[in-house]
Amino acid sequence: MIPELGAFFLILSLSLVLIQISSLLIGVLSDSTIWINLGKRALYVHALAVILSFILLSYCFATNDFTVKYVSMNSNTLLPIQYRLSAVWGAHEGSLLLWIMILAIWIVAFAFFSSSLPKKFVAWTLIFAGIISLGFLLFCLFTSNPFIRQIPPPSNGADLNPLLQDFGLIIHPPMLYMGYVGFAISFCCALASLMLKEYTNQWAVWARKWTLLAWAFLTMGIALGSWWAYYELGWGGWWFWDPVENASLMPWLVGTALIHSLNATAKRGVFAGWSLLLAISAFGLSLLGTFLVRSGVLTSVHAFATDPARGIFILLFIVVVVGGAFLIYGLKASQIDDEGYTFASRESYLLLNSVVLSVVTATILLGTLYPLAIDALNLGKISVGPPYFNAVVIPIMAPLMIFLGIAPLARWRRDNWQITLKKLKLPLLGTIFFSIAVLLMLVENLTIMAVIGTVLSFWVIATSLTTLISKENRTSVKRLDGVIFGRTIAHIGFGLCVIGITLVSYYESTSHLKMEVGDKTQLNDYSFKFASLDDVKGPNYEGVKATFEVTNNKETYQVQIPAEKRFYNTRGMTMTEAGIDAGLLKDIYISLGEKIGDEAWSVRLNIKPFVRFIWLGAIFMAVGGLIAISITPKRVKA
Amino acid sequence: MIMKKRTKRMSAIILGMVGAGIAVYLILSAFENNLMYFYSPTEIANGDAKSRESFRVGGIVVENSISRSPNSLEVSFVLTDLKSTQTVRYTGILPDLFREGQGIIANGSMGSDGTFNAFEVLAKHDENYMPPEIADTLHTEDVPSQK
Repeated sequence: MIPELGAFFLILSLSLVLIQISSLLIGVLSDSTIWINLGKRALYVHALAVILSFILLSYCFATNDFTVKYVSMNSNTLLPIQYRLSAVWGAHEGSLLLWIMILAIWIVAFAFFSSSLPKKFVAWTLIFAGIISLGFLLFCLFTSNPFIRQIPPPSNGADLNPLLQDFGLIIHPPMLYMGYVGFAISFCCALASLMLKEYTNQWAVWARKWTLLAWAFLTMGIALGSWWAYYELGWGGWWFWDPVENASLMPWLVGTALIHSLNATAKRGVFAGWSLLLAISAFGLSLLGTFLVRSGVLTSVHAFATDPARGIFILLFIVVVVGGAFLIYGLKASQIDDEGYTFASRESYLLLNSVVLSVVTATILLGTLYPLAIDALNLGKISVGPPYFNAVVIPIMAPLMIFLGIAPLARWRRDNWQITLKKLKLPLLGTIFFSIAVLLMLVENLTIMAVIGTVLSFWVIATSLTTLISKENRTSVKRLDGVIFGRTIAHIGFGLCVIGITLVSYYESTSHLKMEVGDKTQLNDYSFKFASLDDVKGPNYEGVKATFEVTNNKETYQVQIPAEKRFYNTRGMTMTEAGIDAGLLKDIYISLGEKIGDEAWSVRLNIKPFVRFIWLGAIFMAVGGLIAISITPKRVKA
Repeated sequence: MIMKKRTKRMSAIILGMVGAGIAVYLILSAFENNLMYFYSPTEIANGDAKSRESFRVGGIVVENSISRSPNSLEVSFVLTDLKSTQTVRYTGILPDLFREGQGIIANGSMGSDGTFNAFEVLAKHDENYMPPEIADTLHTEDVPSQK
């Protein structure tokens, strides 16, 4: 009964979306407020139905209703309740429902908080949003219904993939989806402004906050995914250039360009066309990410079951939505008129970095899709690995960091080199000072890339701090202008992130070896002792726990680090639980490999300097974004 | 010296082209060096992979083919695509999902003795999951691609 009710609510929400789209269309075309209001009502009830459907699916998981095929595939009576609930989005069907629910929440939030905007603009935005909901609901009902029964039910479920039985999985997908789906709002706003041929600059003001919010969520979502991979996969990597990671990074890069471009459009009336294009691309890339993950064309931890029908459906949907959006842009964007600006103005730097971000995205897109294209054309099976992405992305990001430092210190509209240079003196000195200090510490094993990475990061941080004390910003700083503080914090976060990436990439120490209980080994300044090995038993697994005693040579640091190996009975999967002693300046990371012979184990020992800076930087970026939204200064008359 | 629309558009186009040019150069040179080709044991036996310095090989780990050296982390095993086999040697820690009967991919190069020296061994994170590359080369009916 309950699963049928869930499916019923899904179908109900589908029909409500149709009402939403059609009555809004009538309302817009006939200028009738009544129809527009009806459309909005339909939207609210639609969202309610989707949420109810999601709750009912969660209920099926909570009560172990194995007559529901999706539940029996991804849950088990022994699975702890928090993982049973997060298993709702542990595989394809449920994560699609989560996607639809989050989309509904975003759209309702927009409709609710947009009462001060022109009615027609809101109506058009909601029409496009409705079309996206419609597409995903059709997809869900026809190819991926989570409520399908299987009778007779199995006596117990197949359990959730052990890799996903973790706090990281509980929050990583919802965060990531909040980001992906949030870009739908900027996408729909952009199309609405094109349809009305009005508000070509104002839409940027209205969409800015929504875009920033989505971007902040996406930032956190990606960072959480990276952190999860780091401690859960058991070999200490934090980014693999996996196609699915790339699929989330591409909308982030374009989204980053978009929030900057929107700011310029909102404030100065420049880049209007460019902002529209970025808004369309950001959501288009989010859809592409969904296609890559769901279609099974990729080899990845995220690639769920392969079903060609799903892939084709999403591919068609992308073609229709993105193609249609570009068509509207092509037909309507011709009369956009931008304000002027000079070469050395802030606009120029923003444009430069927008271009750089787009180029980086294009190179990642190429590296991600090229193997698929070659395979589809039967030209052989190839893969494009991390070396390609590192070789391409890193050099392109270097100029971005230089301009990132200059832009906030240059003036809008017109500026000249000398004035900007003068302001850059202080951060330049700071950068040189700190760089020399740090490089002296590392002097024994310097590599050119590490030097460049560190110096550029210091440059970004130093210039960001300088903006807070520069003359132009003094009044804004005094008035606690969220835009200034948010930007500064986010830029510092970016600098921290790059420091982390650089240092852990070039100064990590690793040792793979065979150890027995009682063995001792040395890695850098630390000695590792395999102290003990015990059996452990969890609710749905059995395993062993190895305890290592780690001390540094001066004996100021002394910890015990447990590392586990677990065997999950239902799925027959072995899992590594890495032992990590986390620190701001370095992590000690130990993981068990496998048992060799009667007594010995293969063991992986790692010292990872500054790895925490990567995620700390991401938190700074997201928080910066949120501050920029939430604190708005009192309006000053122009 | 406010830029007019046309100059601005021109400068944007030029900037874009310079950026694209640099990107294309970087991409092409990086592509040259970093493409990894995939071969099945049969293709290797046919000599298709001879010209490649390093490449990937994928297949199913043959039952009872795993042998370890007693004093180091060196391990060797045999991969099959049900037609031909290929011996692989690897030193290091194998992934959790590596085991007999599991589809895996190894990155590395051919040794002079006909053994494939892997620097990396990949197994996927789902016990039912079969990398598409392997599923294709197997051409069997019972490849479990659906969870």
